[in-house]
Amino acid sequence: MAIPASRVYDVATFFRAFSLEPRGKHLINVCLGTACHVRDAARILEQIERSLAVKRGGTTKDRRFTLETVNCMGCCAVGPAVKIDGEYFGQMSTDKVDGLLTKFE
Amino acid sequence: MPNKLGSKQDLETLQKDLINERKSGKPTIAVCNGTACHPYGCAQLIEAFKEALSKQSLGNKAELRITGCHGLCEKGPIVVIQPGDIFYQKVKAEDVPEILHETISKGNIIDRLLHTDPITGSTIVHRHEIPFYCKQERNILGNNVEINPTKIEDYIAIGGYTALAKALLEMTPEQIIEEIKRSGLRGRGGAGFPTGTKWESCRHAPGDTKYVIVNADEGDPGAYANEGLLSGNPHSVLEGLIIGGYAIGASQGYVYVRNEYPLALANITIALNQAQQLGLLGDNILGSGFDFNVLITRGGGAFVCGESTALMASLEGKVGEPRAKYIHTVEKGLWNRPSNLNNVETWSNVPVIINKGADWYRTLGTDGSKGTKIFSLVGKINNTGLVEVPMGITLREIIYDTGGGIQVGKKFKAVQTGGPSGGCLPENLLDLPVDFDELTKAGSMMGSGGMIVMDETTCMVDIAKYFLTFLEEESCGKCVPCREGMKRMRQILNDITEGKGNEADIDLLERLSATLVDSSLCALGNTAPNPVITTIRYFRDEYEAHIKEKRCPAGVCKALIHYYIIEEKCPGCGLCVKACPEKAITFMGKKKPVVLDESKCIKCGACYDVCNLEAIGKD
Repeated sequence: MAIPASRVYDVATFFRAFSLEPRGKHLINVCLGTACHVRDAARILEQIERSLAVKRGGTTKDRRFTLETVNCMGCCAVGPAVKIDGEYFGQMSTDKVDGLLTKFE
Repeated sequence: MPNKLGSKQDLETLQKDLINERKSGKPTIAVCNGTACHPYGCAQLIEAFKEALSKQSLGNKAELRITGCHGLCEKGPIVVIQPGDIFYQKVKAEDVPEILHETISKGNIIDRLLHTDPITGSTIVHRHEIPFYCKQERNILGNNVEINPTKIEDYIAIGGYTALAKALLEMTPEQIIEEIKRSGLRGRGGAGFPTGTKWESCRHAPGDTKYVIVNADEGDPGAYANEGLLSGNPHSVLEGLIIGGYAIGASQGYVYVRNEYPLALANITIALNQAQQLGLLGDNILGSGFDFNVLITRGGGAFVCGESTALMASLEGKVGEPRAKYIHTVEKGLWNRPSNLNNVETWSNVPVIINKGADWYRTLGTDGSKGTKIFSLVGKINNTGLVEVPMGITLREIIYDTGGGIQVGKKFKAVQTGGPSGGCLPENLLDLPVDFDELTKAGSMMGSGGMIVMDETTCMVDIAKYFLTFLEEESCGKCVPCREGMKRMRQILNDITEGKGNEADIDLLERLSATLVDSSLCALGNTAPNPVITTIRYFRDEYEAHIKEKRCPAGVCKALIHYYIIEEKCPGCGLCVKACPEKAITFMGKKKPVVLDESKCIKCGACYDVCNLEAIGKD
């Protein structure tokens, strides 16, 4: 295609949709949109980080989960929201996190 | 799928047939399948309805209509039964047999599924009587309830594509542009540029090949108005786009959809294919001689791509970096050709204006802002959801009448509009009429329609930091003021929230803000300081509390708060002991208050969330 590798790298690293590292079996998206933020989304993220012992953007050692954040996924009314493998979970709280994660083996 | 439509008459005949079919007399059960209803299990609910209605005894009794967003997302999944306009909320799959046997078969109302007015406490049967809907003018969004977005027949049955027929066959491009100009329609993407003027510039720009583009890259966090419209009524956007293409002289359109909106992407793709099959896209549309095609492109998860030049760069397959706009995109945009970009909601207004006329449209709104605006009313408010209100309505009416006010026991603090480019408005501005100019005067902006309500538990310094963190991440890095200035501002805000602020910080933030406004390359940078400027202007006392007293009045900033056990309330149930990830809470025996070791506490708030007895304090 005669496109220099540098331009491919530029595009691949600019857009969040691309990942240069293999993702885990399940992809978790924690919404950090404003509506979710004012309803304590940051604490949901911290709880998932603690439960999986992985930081935002990372993949667990067993490759079971990749933890990513998203800046809004269009279901602000039910925030804080989390999406796992395309399935939406609304009105999350820190105590619901572990129960939710065990559903995804 | 009906036959290809070769003329206006074909469309009218099809429409008549479809209306007659709808008059079958069967009740309709409209179930919301919008994105926000999914976490509540609307998919299971729809399956339950399908299964029950497939049984012979019930199959002929009612028609199931799977629709887009109904608006009152807080109470989803929502079911509306016609005739009767019966509104059921929080419906579960288990409720389906009862709805069919009681409401559909016998006409009885099921009380437990009715909406309760958050203020009076009384139950309401009919949708149009629910306060959430009363002050709304759902000209654009209202059709979501009437149609299955994946069926073009539904859209045609409610008058869809008649504006297209009128525009293509009875109006010249100049007449259409004149009508749009006269309507006073302004761009719904946020900046509010007059749509008709933009179209005219693009039409007059030199060049044979022109493009029209739908900006469906609604990146504002906390706004999903475009999502609700594009997934709930994609044909209305498409119809507006085709009309715009004809008026401007473009034969190619694009829809740039945000990658994070899978439902909107799926539904606009279906709509596009259906419109092609019916001949509403392609060559010689409705026998008018006008050819027009549309391509759909997915975004890649970059906020800056909502900016016109960045979006067009992204459409070209490049990195979504904006460029200086000495030459506007209406003259040189996509592939250096004249390109007209409008937001989803703007396009969706076009068929309404063509059908009902500019004179009618002008009756809605204020002097400078005509028509309605869709807002995503979210945050710390009772009725979260999508609302469509006439321009000029006050913030108070939206928040208290439509939104049902703030949770009992909490106090309103601010409303944030305009996303990261907007600002936070305080209680004394609640009577501000909402239109493009008034919001800008107050230091905020319309934006794409996010309206995030905040109460006393929201920290305004944290909110300013939140937006700056967001924008710092999303800055493309091309120009220095945005790349470096924002980073510095975020660092200062970080320090303030960590109790390391000093008294010169507010002044420094204001100076950096002025630099960003004046010298950033694109709107991302020069509107970025708005959340900071408005929070300083309206909530300076909170900044000062953080800086001088090292205190976060809202109890949000971790470094400045601490948790403690309120001994007289604690029965020693041990729930918090289990919840604490750091084992910082010790069980002291039954009926004895637990003990919290502050040196181990990481302030995660898990104990606070889990305690039902409010025995954990925070200050």
